[in-house]
Amino acid sequence: MEVRSKEFKKSAHIALHDVNLQRALGNLKAGFPGKRAAAVARLPEFDALRDQARDLKNHILEHLDLYLEEFERNVTANGGTVHWCRTAEDARRTILELCREQDAKTVTKGKSMVTEEIALNEYLEANGVTPVETDLGEYILQLRHDHPSHIVAPAIHLTLDDVATAFHEHHHRPKSNDPAVLMQEAREMLRKQFVAADVGITGANFLVAETGSTIICTNEGNGDLTQTLPKTHIVVSSIEKVVPTLEDMTLFLRLLARSATGQEFTVYNTLSTGPRRPGDRDGPENFHVVLVDNGRSDMVGGELQEMLRCIRCSACMNHCPVYGAVGGHSYGWVYPGPMGSVLTPQMVGIENAGLLPNASTFCGKCEEVCPVRIPLPKLMRHWREREWEKHLTPAAARGGIGVWAFFAKRPALYRLLAWSSNLFLRLVGGKRGRIRKLPLAGGWTDFRDMPVPSGKTFMQQWQEQKR
Amino acid sequence: MPTPRPKVGLFVTCLADMFRPEVAFASVKLLELAGFDVEVPQRQTCCGQPAFNSGDREDSAAIARQTIDAFDGFEYVVGPSGSCIGMLHHYPELFAENDPWHRRALELKARAFEITSFLALHLDMDKLSSSFNGKVTYHDSCSGLRELGVKKQPRELLSKLPGVQICEMEEAETCCGFGGTFCVKYPEISNRMVGNKSENIRATGADTLLGGDLGCLLNMAGKLKREGINVEARHVVEVLADMLDTPAIGEASSVGKAGKGA
Repeated sequence: MEVRSKEFKKSAHIALHDVNLQRALGNLKAGFPGKRAAAVARLPEFDALRDQARDLKNHILEHLDLYLEEFERNVTANGGTVHWCRTAEDARRTILELCREQDAKTVTKGKSMVTEEIALNEYLEANGVTPVETDLGEYILQLRHDHPSHIVAPAIHLTLDDVATAFHEHHHRPKSNDPAVLMQEAREMLRKQFVAADVGITGANFLVAETGSTIICTNEGNGDLTQTLPKTHIVVSSIEKVVPTLEDMTLFLRLLARSATGQEFTVYNTLSTGPRRPGDRDGPENFHVVLVDNGRSDMVGGELQEMLRCIRCSACMNHCPVYGAVGGHSYGWVYPGPMGSVLTPQMVGIENAGLLPNASTFCGKCEEVCPVRIPLPKLMRHWREREWEKHLTPAAARGGIGVWAFFAKRPALYRLLAWSSNLFLRLVGGKRGRIRKLPLAGGWTDFRDMPVPSGKTFMQQWQEQKR
Repeated sequence: MPTPRPKVGLFVTCLADMFRPEVAFASVKLLELAGFDVEVPQRQTCCGQPAFNSGDREDSAAIARQTIDAFDGFEYVVGPSGSCIGMLHHYPELFAENDPWHRRALELKARAFEITSFLALHLDMDKLSSSFNGKVTYHDSCSGLRELGVKKQPRELLSKLPGVQICEMEEAETCCGFGGTFCVKYPEISNRMVGNKSENIRATGADTLLGGDLGCLLNMAGKLKREGINVEARHVVEVLADMLDTPAIGEASSVGKAGKGA
């Protein structure tokens, strides 16, 4: 996927004026945060579980190699195969080879952000394999040649009419705006694909080291058909999803559903443990797990390690006022919102994504709701520091901070700066109390008035009174 | 001989100094009412947050050292801003753990308080009185709320004033879009956020907006004025200290105070 994070401001401008998108974002804001809050209120130990989850993830990350190797041993013992892929390119090639081994024409896919990250669909198509997204949201996006704007509700940016139009054009049926009709239509179309597919590709919410299992959590059941009907099941997962035991997994399941959608539990939580065994009534004949690193092992032991605790619940973006204003596509790559503003620079380079970690007021809401307590503002600040060190900060901002800091480090001069700015604003503002337009302050006065200082500076008055 | 009153160093904050000196005077008045001697160290400037949040650690650390020095010897450091005091609480992050400044930063952090949380701990609230009369709504500024746990303290203090009726707004805890340099780096997004905020303020029917941070208050007052919404904005300490003679933030002055010498 092309990285368009450099266009963040332009994209945000368009998004802010997109009536449909704003309506959709309004629905998001009205939905997820309230449902999460209600679910959390029903579970008094929620915060204690978050602490446990944070500590457990920290432990896992300290021993990531051991748990991944244990996972691999158990997958192998179950009759499956683990493929270690350092880069996105490695992962794509491995998956294509596995498809070719099966002479696959079509593959069905469950919802997976990591396959977006490695741009799998485009690659498979270019190599003669047709991927079919089976998650309803992802299916709609695929018809429209669109990409997810949210990691849990991928088509949140679309209206019902957008969906009806896409279905009408691709299914060649009369247009209907009835959600039940559309759902039925998608079901009919996808049913054929589920049966015809040679390979099913899913992501994984967690990898369980002690059993060699992978699990997907879905609300549609599409993932189950994707992974049980075809002859071959390929799980694509990033390395930080491993957890030691099934019991550990359940801790995260409890946090995930509540944080994501406000459900007590996701509807379908399906474990895959190796290929079909003799006597099993269903299941794939071949079971592969493609483990994707793609820069993550570089984060282990560094300042961004805490980001690897992320369980992809989307609570940070659901509660982010910036995401809520501009939507996910403005961020210009796969992962939007606060978690994306930390991950994207790591994966595509800070020089291509510097606007993202800056697009935050550091209000801290994301950290407040994160189920694994990732200090997202701190990690965004980490990127601002890397930008500053590499002289990537825009010249105007760097110059402004430089001049201001020169004064701030010299108290007497700082008094003079405060005194003169105060006097200037009072002279311009006069008795009106506010200024409607101020040169060089358009960012402020284009949208709001500038209040005028109510009198001489405090320091000036304090000195005068002391005399 | 009376026992000496404990000493508080007032962290004035840039915005109170430059835009609204009454906020600093009101803070002094309230701290004295709570039984403290208040001094204003002259070597203080800014807390350094603009540099810190721009990724400039070197200048942030230099300003932190200056602030730590300026407030040496005070039992408490109190300021009328959750954001600036929150920054003082970040100082230890700026120094390696074996750096002596790290220990001094931790010491400062332990002594540094946002004004309403400090008053809630130390002020006999029955001493509060204010001529203020009206319906107010309270915006919870992000840093105070999430870094320092300021939520119920200002409301507790206000509840002691019989003339104050609090009408909570929707999304009182949602950011107003100020965010320091954010509001000029991403003006359109900031505008959307402060637009949502002013709508929530208007919907309460309150006649006064109160808050504990001048950055947010200047932002919200500026937006309310621009949109012609008839709600006055003040820092909460102005009401608590009964210092209400100055027009509210961004309001025209009737007697031309602004022209009164420089």
